[in-house]
Amino acid sequence: MRRVYARGNEAIAEAAITAGLKFYAGYPITPTSDIMEYLAERLPDRGGLMVQFEDEIASINAAIGASWAGAKSMTATSGPGFSLMVEGIGFAVITETPLVIAYVMRAGPSTGIPTKSTQADLLQARFGAHGDYIIPVYAPSSVQEAFDLTIKAFNTAEKLRTPVILLSDAVIAHLWETAVFREPSEVEIVSRKKPKTRPEYYKPYEPEEDYVAPMACFGEGYKVIVESLTHDEKGYYRQDTPTQRRMIERLTKKVLYNIDYVFEYDTYYTEYADYIFVSFGSSARSVLSAVRELRRKGVKAGLLKLKTLWPLDEDRVRNVCRRAKRVFVVENNIGKLVWDVERILRDKEVFSISIIDLDLPTPDEVLEVAMEWL
Amino acid sequence: MAVVSKEKVGAKPIHPLDRFLRLDRIPTLWCPGCGLGVILGTLLRAISRRVEERKLRPDRVVFVTGIGCTARTTFYVGFDGAHTLHGRAIAFATGAKLANPELELIVLGGDGDIAGIGGNHLIHAARRNMDLLVIMNTNFIYAMTGGQAAPTTPEGLYTTTTPRGNPEKPVNVIRLLSAFDVNYVARASTIYPHLLEQYLYKALGMKGFRFIEVVSTCPEVFGRHIGMRSPTALYSELKKRIRVKAKPGIEDSALDWSRGIVLGEYIENDYPGYTELMFRGVERK
Repeated sequence: MRRVYARGNEAIAEAAITAGLKFYAGYPITPTSDIMEYLAERLPDRGGLMVQFEDEIASINAAIGASWAGAKSMTATSGPGFSLMVEGIGFAVITETPLVIAYVMRAGPSTGIPTKSTQADLLQARFGAHGDYIIPVYAPSSVQEAFDLTIKAFNTAEKLRTPVILLSDAVIAHLWETAVFREPSEVEIVSRKKPKTRPEYYKPYEPEEDYVAPMACFGEGYKVIVESLTHDEKGYYRQDTPTQRRMIERLTKKVLYNIDYVFEYDTYYTEYADYIFVSFGSSARSVLSAVRELRRKGVKAGLLKLKTLWPLDEDRVRNVCRRAKRVFVVENNIGKLVWDVERILRDKEVFSISIIDLDLPTPDEVLEVAMEWL
Repeated sequence: MAVVSKEKVGAKPIHPLDRFLRLDRIPTLWCPGCGLGVILGTLLRAISRRVEERKLRPDRVVFVTGIGCTARTTFYVGFDGAHTLHGRAIAFATGAKLANPELELIVLGGDGDIAGIGGNHLIHAARRNMDLLVIMNTNFIYAMTGGQAAPTTPEGLYTTTTPRGNPEKPVNVIRLLSAFDVNYVARASTIYPHLLEQYLYKALGMKGFRFIEVVSTCPEVFGRHIGMRSPTALYSELKKRIRVKAKPGIEDSALDWSRGIVLGEYIENDYPGYTELMFRGVERK
């Protein structure tokens, strides 16, 4: 354990090494490149490789290949690169490949403003690829959370055999803060389950009681099939409805049934709060400051900070907000998380505080909008 | 005397190469007269020879394919295999090789998969002299999707997407790869299986980037477009247009349907592969 003064991207890179990263594939992009630069420097000494590929498409596919060769693997990018990667995400989903994708949001659409932040991409992070699936999305709001949630992202990817998105943003990426970086012996590190059956009986996509299938890798004698087509438990292509249904159930249930493990959030002053603010990532920092300001003025305000953006534990969100008179959803985009909150809290008054600000919505901006309804 | 078995194929291993197949997935989906059976047969024979020499372990062989008729090869082989995304087999295989350098990565794809949608990965794997054996099945057409123009389709030809004749010239991948310091580039054809097997066998014993283009027959789709749907007619036509040269130069490498196609070993080097450089390190300048 060491106390450090570091930036968010460095926390992600350092945490990835702590979590057991052995193969990183990436392509330079602002504001993410310093993750790969840091890993290029440090990863070889920790038994891993950082390889710069020709584009983001190659990067994610190489990372998936490396995962099947037994390495904990990762890539990182920003909006334009993520858009190129989405086919690969679908591939990782259907092949149930453990993989971490750090997605450092910048302003878009298209090239947008590479050096500046928004939180516009949470829906793309969840649903970028085609087809039915659910993948976990984590969002850090500080350098410490960038470290902790990166480890959580690796653990979730390995435990559930799924790609996991770590959705950071340009503010957190280059924000310098004090944090505690822990050693591997000081944190929980999860590695994928290996098969216990003999190769001739092994089915690479047959789940156990925890809804997750053990994963044999290349070179271990199991003759695994990594299959991008709809497949049965053996990995054989099938074109019938029962197989499609079973496969989609496998892909979604393993995440939903492990929601207690996946879902993370923090609450601040929410007990007996009349007004609850829901936020995530960098915006949550301003909201916390605004909430404290309101408390000083005697307004019973609280903050629900979501660290898991997908899937949401609806019961917990409902429970946290059960006594609130009004709920405000603060985000640095046109209002996207608010759709979920409105749906989950359909009997409550939910207000969208959508502030597009290239740096960060300030606490005053948040208060200015919120005051109209308090 | 020929032995005729009335048993359903797939029940029991009969052929010595059956140990490298998933017999429960045979027969293949490939059409009668397709060259892919020849490619698979020669490749398994080459692998078998290397296995017998103890130069290769079957449990370390990984087949990686993209999308297309050729990509279905992964279905049928009894090795570790990945049937990945269209065009991305080389990228996937690069990641797997770097994560476990003891694996022998074999990438197979059609010319569309490897040189069309996957062209960028082909170029950069060659630039790195990445330790992969890449086999490209050149059949002059997009066959699985029903006969659209491919990067190798001859100029002027009718396809379903070039009904007025193909306005594009075919890609000469051999000349493209000659721009890089790769270890092996050869062109073979399914009409000369022994030559193909020899190249595959040789490439399996090498490191670095190894590329074999296999000029092949697709009577059902390409043949239909040129009025040669009969497998033997297309086979004979290809035989007329193909020449084998002992030491061909890059100037011989044009993929020219009308003037003839030259088979042979175009490039042979012994540069260190990318994996070796990554793990051993390079001299910093």
